[in-house]
Amino acid sequence: MESCNCIEPQWPAEELLMKYQYISDFFIALAYFSIPLELIYFVKKSAVFPYRWVLVQFGAFIVLCGATHLISLWTFSMHSRTVAVVMTTAKVLTAAVSCATALMLVHIIPDLLSVKTRELFLKNKAAELDREMGLIRTQEETGRHVRMLTHEIRSTLDRHTILKTTLVELGRTLALEECALWMPTRTGLELQLSYTLHQQNPVGYTVPIQLPVINQVFSSNHALKISPNSPVARLRPLSGKYMPGEVVAVRVPLLHLSNFQINDWPELSTRRYALMVLMLPSDSARQWHIHELELVEVVADQVAVALSHAAILEESMRARDLLMEQNVALDHASREAETTIRARNDFLAVMNHEMRTPMHAVIALSSLLQETELTPEQRLMVETILKSSNLLATLINDVLDLSKLEDGSLRLDLGSFNLHTVFREVLNLIKPIASVKKLPVTLNLAQDLPIYAIGDEKRLMQTILNIVGNAVKFSKEGSISITAAVAKSESLRDSRAPGFFPVLSDNHFYLRVQVKDAGQGINPQDIPKLFTKFVHTQTLATRNSSGSGLGLAICKRFVNLMGGHFWIESEGLGKGCMAIFIVKLGISEKTSESNPFLPKANHGQTAFPGLKVLVLDENGVSRMVTKGLLVQLGCDVTTVSSRDECLHVVSQDHKVVCIDLCMPDGFEAAARLHEKFTKHHERPLIVALTGNTDKVTKENCMRIGMDGVISKPFSVDKMRSVLSDLLEHRVLFEAM
Amino acid sequence: MDSVVLLQRQLVDYTAQLFNEGFLDDQFNQLQQLQDESNPDFVVEVVTLFFEDSERLLNELAKALEQQSIDYRKIDAHVHQLKGSSSSIGAQRVQKVCIAFRNYCEERNIEGCQKCLQQVKNEYSLVKTKLETLFKLEQQVLAAGGSIPWPMQ
Repeated sequence: MESCNCIEPQWPAEELLMKYQYISDFFIALAYFSIPLELIYFVKKSAVFPYRWVLVQFGAFIVLCGATHLISLWTFSMHSRTVAVVMTTAKVLTAAVSCATALMLVHIIPDLLSVKTRELFLKNKAAELDREMGLIRTQEETGRHVRMLTHEIRSTLDRHTILKTTLVELGRTLALEECALWMPTRTGLELQLSYTLHQQNPVGYTVPIQLPVINQVFSSNHALKISPNSPVARLRPLSGKYMPGEVVAVRVPLLHLSNFQINDWPELSTRRYALMVLMLPSDSARQWHIHELELVEVVADQVAVALSHAAILEESMRARDLLMEQNVALDHASREAETTIRARNDFLAVMNHEMRTPMHAVIALSSLLQETELTPEQRLMVETILKSSNLLATLINDVLDLSKLEDGSLRLDLGSFNLHTVFREVLNLIKPIASVKKLPVTLNLAQDLPIYAIGDEKRLMQTILNIVGNAVKFSKEGSISITAAVAKSESLRDSRAPGFFPVLSDNHFYLRVQVKDAGQGINPQDIPKLFTKFVHTQTLATRNSSGSGLGLAICKRFVNLMGGHFWIESEGLGKGCMAIFIVKLGISEKTSESNPFLPKANHGQTAFPGLKVLVLDENGVSRMVTKGLLVQLGCDVTTVSSRDECLHVVSQDHKVVCIDLCMPDGFEAAARLHEKFTKHHERPLIVALTGNTDKVTKENCMRIGMDGVISKPFSVDKMRSVLSDLLEHRVLFEAM
Repeated sequence: MDSVVLLQRQLVDYTAQLFNEGFLDDQFNQLQQLQDESNPDFVVEVVTLFFEDSERLLNELAKALEQQSIDYRKIDAHVHQLKGSSSSIGAQRVQKVCIAFRNYCEERNIEGCQKCLQQVKNEYSLVKTKLETLFKLEQQVLAAGGSIPWPMQ
């Protein structure tokens, strides 16, 4: 037992060092065990850490290291072999794991480093995107401003409002200090300050348009920066101590309607510009940004369009006002014209009736007077009266005809008539005068001229008579020839009748009449005037002319109405004259004179259809005859045989009462009728039928109030003429 | 020659004869003119009425003249009527006698009246016969298929 003392723990001076080593190893082990725990804990918490296997290795490595240090605690004192083995095992394991980990880390560390680089890259990108977002937002805001501005500008069509709004909105959007618009003056040589933002009353500065700065701005469609000292920018006195803000000017095209050519856009053809000047606030050190300049340019263009719309609208409103005025004036004029025409028609209607009635009386009574016993002087006087009044009556009729012609209300009386007879009658009428003047008149009717034609006989005769009458009137010598033929198609289209388009058809033919005389002739220049109303060609021989000047005008109108053309040719004064007219007539089916054995149904054309007549006659036979006669004329006849029956039956419908004076109380009946119908227009016309033709009877009839007297025997024709006279005039006429 | 034409010729001749002898005057023509398709028997009707009327009047006249105290006014009225009727149809000779009759009436000449009455009766029966013959001829012409030729002078 000698080494027993060796087992006693030796705590010499190495005791302190041992103690410190002991403690350090303990803490190291502790740390080595806690680090993996911490790692595991935190890795478990995080979701993304991709290297778990590495962590496990690392953990193992650390645990083993800790284990090693822990086991080394026991090696400071005498230890058994087991401890040594354990220690060795632990060390070996640790060595293995740490080598493995070292190898693993070689792969991993570059990866870990690159993560960092990527992080940095992403951060830069994010910063860039932020910047760009800021820019876009600014631009969008600018766009919004422009749209709002345009909307404001375009919401009105008044020029001043447009310009004012532009300035206001621009000033607000861009936070300008001052904004001004310079418009060219009427002369185009100067720019005048027209609108400003803050100054309410522009003082009317003008600057000449030829300044270089202005030219520079006008020649480019961009907004250009100009110097604050240029004349267009010096609007108000400098208020700030520092530099005035930057100034930008832009041109505003003033467009006119004529500028919008089809293939030519306004940039190339505008002449006039206005100048818009925008000033940033002074003392602000603000600068014009690109997007602000763009905004200004866009606004300037919009203003130009808005102004042109306003100008167009102004012009169209002015045109519309003008049209309305003209309309009103036209309306007024047409109404006046209508009133005039109506007044004239009323006047003519009155004239017609009022003038014709006395005229008729004068003519009728004068002609009756002619039939009586007269001394030669009296006869001459009566003849003159008759001639003058006939002339007057013709004149009245002419004037009425002409006005009817002009109104277009004249209708031709178409009927079948004998064409040859018309010409012969004209000849007969004109022969007396022509023979007095010793002018032979010849009539040539062509072989193919139809005998019968359909047309207005009366007016055709009037026309021919007028023309031939003129020929006779204006001839002192020579002969007058009348030629009538059917116009062939070649001769129809005459160069002298430019507006005449004859249409050939089966049931019409064109009659060509030519009247040639060797009289005074007419100056060719005067020929158009001939057809003018109321115009005489003044020649030496017009002292004799008794016409009113209406004749040729009326003839021409008649010819036109008949679908034809009328013209006059003359080679000059003293060379005679030729009047030619062509009219369209219908072809009549009648080819010969009416057969004497034909029933005369034609003649009995109902002259008075439905006229209600009352016949009062005691004698049955004569009553029947009178009735038959009136029935033949188309009347609706009632017969009565006594005065009482007559008064019983008669009514306002009866227009005529025929009383046979053979009856003893014929006069009584008439008197009773007068009593029954007190009003003049209600009373039927009373016609007396009598066999007595003496004056006493006539006087009695007139006294008793009969409207007409017919002497027996009477024919259908006589009755017809008496009735028509009576119905037209309601004046006492005696047909004996 | 065609029978129709023959008959027509006969008719025309007969009518001309009547006119020439003064039995009928222009008034009869007027009457004929009043006859047409709408009134085909006008002449016959009027003449028949005349016959009736005249016979009545003649009877009245005869009666009146047989009276003790002759009423000239009435006679005048009758004669006036007869004159009117006869002139209406163109019975010229009857009309002339009536005019003479009236004159006698005014003169209150009874013999003259009676003489005239006799004359009137004669003339009347003459014209009646003639007219009846005329109408018969017309019927024959129509029956043969011809037409009455107007106007006739």
